Amino acid sequence: MPDFIAELLNRNDIFTASTIMEYWGGMVTTVQLVFLSLILGLVLAVPLAIMRTSKNPLINGPVWFYTYLFRGTPLLIQLYIIYYGLAQIHGIQQTFWWDIFREAFYPALLAFTLNTAAYTAEIIRGAIVATPSGEIEAAKAYGMSWAMRMRRIILPSAARRAVQAYSNEVIFMLHSSAIASVVTLVDLTGAARNIYSRFYAPFDAFIFVALLYMALTFLLVFAFRKLENYLLQHQRPVSG
Amino acid sequence: MIDLKGYGPALLDGAVVTIELALLSLALAVILGLIGASAKLSKSRVAIGVATTYTTLIRGVPDLVMMLLFYYGGQVAVNNLSDYLYDAYGVDFFFQFDPFIAGVLTIGLIFGAYMAETFRGAFLAVENGQIEAARAYGFSRWRTFHRIIFPQMLRHALPGIGNNWQVLLKTTALVSIIGLTDMVRVAEEAAKAERMPFHFFIPVAFVYLSLTAVSELFIKWLTKRANVGVVQGS
Repeated sequence: MPDFIAELLNRNDIFTASTIMEYWGGMVTTVQLVFLSLILGLVLAVPLAIMRTSKNPLINGPVWFYTYLFRGTPLLIQLYIIYYGLAQIHGIQQTFWWDIFREAFYPALLAFTLNTAAYTAEIIRGAIVATPSGEIEAAKAYGMSWAMRMRRIILPSAARRAVQAYSNEVIFMLHSSAIASVVTLVDLTGAARNIYSRFYAPFDAFIFVALLYMALTFLLVFAFRKLENYLLQHQRPVSG
Repeated sequence: MIDLKGYGPALLDGAVVTIELALLSLALAVILGLIGASAKLSKSRVAIGVATTYTTLIRGVPDLVMMLLFYYGGQVAVNNLSDYLYDAYGVDFFFQFDPFIAGVLTIGLIFGAYMAETFRGAFLAVENGQIEAARAYGFSRWRTFHRIIFPQMLRHALPGIGNNWQVLLKTTALVSIIGLTDMVRVAEEAAKAERMPFHFFIPVAFVYLSLTAVSELFIKWLTKRANVGVVQGS
């Protein structure tokens, strides 16, 4: 950090260089947590969504049950069950899993991933179901196999229809990630809570963090608008 | 029946708190939503600006951060106010800002913004001819609103209200973080004390599931009623 910024900050009672660094650390944790859980959630969600559209009740039933459970209960409960529950699994403390799940980051990551995968799977399912039947018929007429049809026609077409709803889910996930602070993780909200309790300055601590979240949110909104424009390029009116 | 190591009654009380919190927040959200939607549809630039700022701010900030701000900040604000009143006018005024109030205010304010969007769309879906006809019959503005616009708007708004309600219900769990003894809080304390997380959290999860299932049925019934007399294409 340049000296003059450090000096400027040191004249301030609350936003000193060290608290700014604390917020920065929190921001890094939040971004890591949200980014990783979104990526893993998306990777899980695509096969789940395909399974969910299957006509076989043995394939779509379990996925329905999974999404129903995770969408019907608060994320906070899921986080508590995973965070407190993993430690209670008999014998886990002797395995290498314990080295991973002992830190609060990984139980939180697991809970967020499972939660976002459930929501995303339903979004993608909706988009797959809405594929115009003509596109599928045309693919069949060209002799495409199921896998090729899925990969070349159905999924790309569904992605275009899903991107709007998915951007909402991403922002929702960023906001939900604030609860990671209750399992001792120092994310953005956790940093704000620490700073609040140190200075007993609720307005400074929380309004600052609210602004940071807002900046992240609008960054995401902007990025998704760009992505949407790119994906829906062929549907843009010619003039203008 | 279900004693849950003696925590059963406390969990049940917690469930009642959760439901009260959710219903009160819903009422506040609907009121704010109607005001917000009216402001967005009005011709006043100031009203549009205020309403747009409100919905944008709410969308950018996590629910938990807002709740912490209201809970901790609310008490500081009340304390400052009471100090000021005492110094200036000698009025002895004190008010304990409890988590329940902070929860209702925050959740109501957050979902008010979402409701405003829902109601705005629903108001726009009411045909203009209906409103013109009402005016032609000499209906006053209020009468047009409550006899013509509102009943027709409700039909379009119900699916959105239903979705918002389902999300709101799950958001109430956050109030346990600022110390309200709702069922999540009771379950958390019990789970820590007894070292049996599954034993307490899974029943709570099922209470949430059944609440959402019941509300789904209720919304379906309401939608059916609101759509009486509407010919729907199959």
